[in-house]
Amino acid sequence: MSDTIISLPDQSTARIPKMNYLTKENGLLSWLLTGDHKRIAILYLISISFFFFIGGSLAGLIRLELLTPQSDLMATDTYNKVFSMHGIIMVFFFLVPSVPATIGNFFIPMMVGAKDLALPKINLLSWYLYIAAGILAIYTMASGGVDTGWTFTTPLSTHYVNTHVLTTGMAVFIAGFSSIFTGLNFIVTIHKMRAPGMTWFRLPLFVWSHYAASILMVLGTPVLAIAIVLVALERTVGIGVFDPTKGGDPLLFQHLFWFYSHPAVYIMILPGMGVISEVVSTFSRKRVFGYTAVAFSSVAIAVFGFFVWAHHMFIMGISNYAVLIFSLLTMLVAVPSAIKIFNWAFTLYKGSITFETPMLYAFGFMGLFTIGGMTGVFLGASGTDIHLTETYFIVAHFHFVMVGGMLMAFLAGIHFWWPKMTGRMYPEKISQLAAVVTFIGFNLTFFPQFILGTLGMPRRYASYPPEFQILNVFSTAGASVLGVGYLLPVLYLTWSLKYGEIAGSNPWQATGLEWQVQSPPLTENFPEIPIVDHEAYDYEWLERQKEKEVASVG
Amino acid sequence: MTQHEETPEEHEHEHHIVSPMIYVIIGAALLVLTGTTVWASYQEWGVFNPIAALGIAVLKAVLVVLFFMHVKYSTKLTKLTVGAGFFTFLVLIGMTLADYFTRAWGRW
Amino acid sequence: MSDSTATAHGAAAAHHEHPPYQRHHFETYAQQNDATNFAMWLFLLTEIMFFGGLFTAYLIYRNWYYPAFVQGSHQLQIGWGTANTAVLITSSFTMAMGVWSAEMRKKGALVLCLVLTFTLGLIFLGIKTIEYSEKIEKHHVPGFHYSVQSFVDPSSDPEVYNEYHDKPLPLDMARHTELYFFLYFAMTGMHALHMIIGIAILGFMIFRARAGAYTTGHVTFVENFGLYWHFVDIVWIFLFPLLYLISRHQ
Repeated sequence: MSDTIISLPDQSTARIPKMNYLTKENGLLSWLLTGDHKRIAILYLISISFFFFIGGSLAGLIRLELLTPQSDLMATDTYNKVFSMHGIIMVFFFLVPSVPATIGNFFIPMMVGAKDLALPKINLLSWYLYIAAGILAIYTMASGGVDTGWTFTTPLSTHYVNTHVLTTGMAVFIAGFSSIFTGLNFIVTIHKMRAPGMTWFRLPLFVWSHYAASILMVLGTPVLAIAIVLVALERTVGIGVFDPTKGGDPLLFQHLFWFYSHPAVYIMILPGMGVISEVVSTFSRKRVFGYTAVAFSSVAIAVFGFFVWAHHMFIMGISNYAVLIFSLLTMLVAVPSAIKIFNWAFTLYKGSITFETPMLYAFGFMGLFTIGGMTGVFLGASGTDIHLTETYFIVAHFHFVMVGGMLMAFLAGIHFWWPKMTGRMYPEKISQLAAVVTFIGFNLTFFPQFILGTLGMPRRYASYPPEFQILNVFSTAGASVLGVGYLLPVLYLTWSLKYGEIAGSNPWQATGLEWQVQSPPLTENFPEIPIVDHEAYDYEWLERQKEKEVASVG
Repeated sequence: MTQHEETPEEHEHEHHIVSPMIYVIIGAALLVLTGTTVWASYQEWGVFNPIAALGIAVLKAVLVVLFFMHVKYSTKLTKLTVGAGFFTFLVLIGMTLADYFTRAWGRW
Repeated sequence: MSDSTATAHGAAAAHHEHPPYQRHHFETYAQQNDATNFAMWLFLLTEIMFFGGLFTAYLIYRNWYYPAFVQGSHQLQIGWGTANTAVLITSSFTMAMGVWSAEMRKKGALVLCLVLTFTLGLIFLGIKTIEYSEKIEKHHVPGFHYSVQSFVDPSSDPEVYNEYHDKPLPLDMARHTELYFFLYFAMTGMHALHMIIGIAILGFMIFRARAGAYTTGHVTFVENFGLYWHFVDIVWIFLFPLLYLISRHQ
């Protein structure tokens, strides 16, 4: 039994196919005016990586400040701006578009057997909206930023701060529409452009999870949009909607904001879960256990995700009865997520497991997301939430699910599909090292924060009681390690574009339509639309295909 | 299978063309309902005033959705989509109001 | 590799035989139609949720400040509101007839229907302008020298007082009328913005319709725009009773 499933063509004779989506047309305009979903995905990949590093640098500044108990690296007002911009950029400009706009855009048409997404021009518009929003966000940061936290809580954001709430709000508003159009495109494509024979239950689970996330994008994001509009009107005109002196209720903003922002966390995680389904199956050579359960649980997460938003508001002044209802519903929403973890675990059981880099990230995901998710249940119980909310426990909870979970899934996906997108393999050893470094760095950064939270350290504070320093020092040390872990992929992935081994069409011997075509793919994905006659994750079918195939070179 | 230009008749079989008479009837009904709702607002029905007003508005909206927007003649998917939209809208309003209406209930 | 997957429809030959208005990534014109229609509906869902936030705010504040909302709504002229509702309903009718004309390939009828819809849309906005300027004159625009005079002393506003004989509101409740007017302007303003966008697109469509773009069997644009227009009508169908008809019998 080999310890790797990587199967590459003979490197001495292999070549990248001359005709592919990268070589089809040349010149800047062919990229900037493209309708090709694959090129748009690459545009997004470059953009979100750029924003990730800005957000990451802000995180570095936060951790540096928190090395000492006093607010000595920067003024407390500046610290407020740093963590606010960190949150805004990471949530809206990295996490929300991460997997959908890059891997989703690139592969959903191929996975359903189509030539492109349903609305290619809307796809391009989506990217331009993202860029416009991003430029506005950077401009805002450069001119002083916003210090309300990424949550723009009223009446702070409407009546008490003098910072760039309006421009940041505008940036988020525009980014929201970018997200809406991506989700809309996916839903239409998945419903209307599946190849003959590609029934719903033959779709890869990656597609199901993006379908669920897209429903959330389409139905949830507009409510964020109107919340931002109301904040803008309140700030400029003083309409009174969130102003108690005029009879308004600041809590109304929070209802509208969290009505989106809670489903937003599922928008962020569901695509990552889709990646994990693909990776776990491929690297255990086994179909995903309980396909139907995983598919339906994705949709269940999306639906239930709309019913729980006020668990972010337990201490804010909602009624006790609302606390009770939302707490109960929050317990329910944890169930579908847990179902997935069980299904992946059972997929591994009696599988032929190998430990290539995507699988390492997937293992990291499963462990860290489970911890993050479980701590979410502690927070969903209103009794414990009263003590843990607004402390570092919350910070640790969401970083475990978003960074330990989602970011690891994103990296798993990038590594898994890198050979298909570029035609080249990344260097396996250094990438495995980077994955391990990331895992260690992550735990060192964020585990101490659970303890800090239970001990009572509040979040969003630049200074803290001296007894918390040692744990903060561990956390900052971990952040440095984590930074190295994230920097390495940028370096070796870029290196691999020129020097990586030629991957061939299916280096992982994976099922899925995208692996049956050349790497990098043709602009039209398939020479002819395939007719699908096999189930998802059908490794026997793949064996039969290989037997039929004439071994070709390059 | 070859492509061919669709004539209006074939187009009609795949894609029901609603007759103008339906539009006239529905349009007239909508105007009558508008008059009704104005009349109703001048009556003293207590708590039923807003119920009547909303009820008439919902009826008008349903007529526009079903006939002007062709949902009655559309696929199940379209009907499901419209339903999902209104369902989410009601969740937003309903669950938010659940907080506001219970605030004055005092302690347990 | 392509030996192992069967191909659809002997596709190579049929590949280039599609109508000029069918995009290349769609296999059939019906698929394109289906997909774009579905996409339009999804976009309308986002609009439902966008207005949803404003309706939520409305329901909360109307429940909290009912007397203020009643007297606020007495400041709106029911004549204009009813007229506007009739105008919009008629424009929905003309738009639906426009779609029918396109489907039946009657270019003249289509252009006429689009022009009527366009005109009715402009009439709607004209009436709204009249209403808004009245509000501006009376200082009932939130945030811009808002005045509660008409509510603490209704007799100072004889037009409205002679019809409704409202009782004076206590000062704090009178101040809450500003919330009513914020909702009035925000909701009708957002609605008007959607009308303006719709009218602009109608202008473009009239121009294209005269060139025959929509009467050759490719009616998708007209159909999908029709959906948008009817949606904007539905929003007004709810705004009218909620803002104008709160309680005209008091």
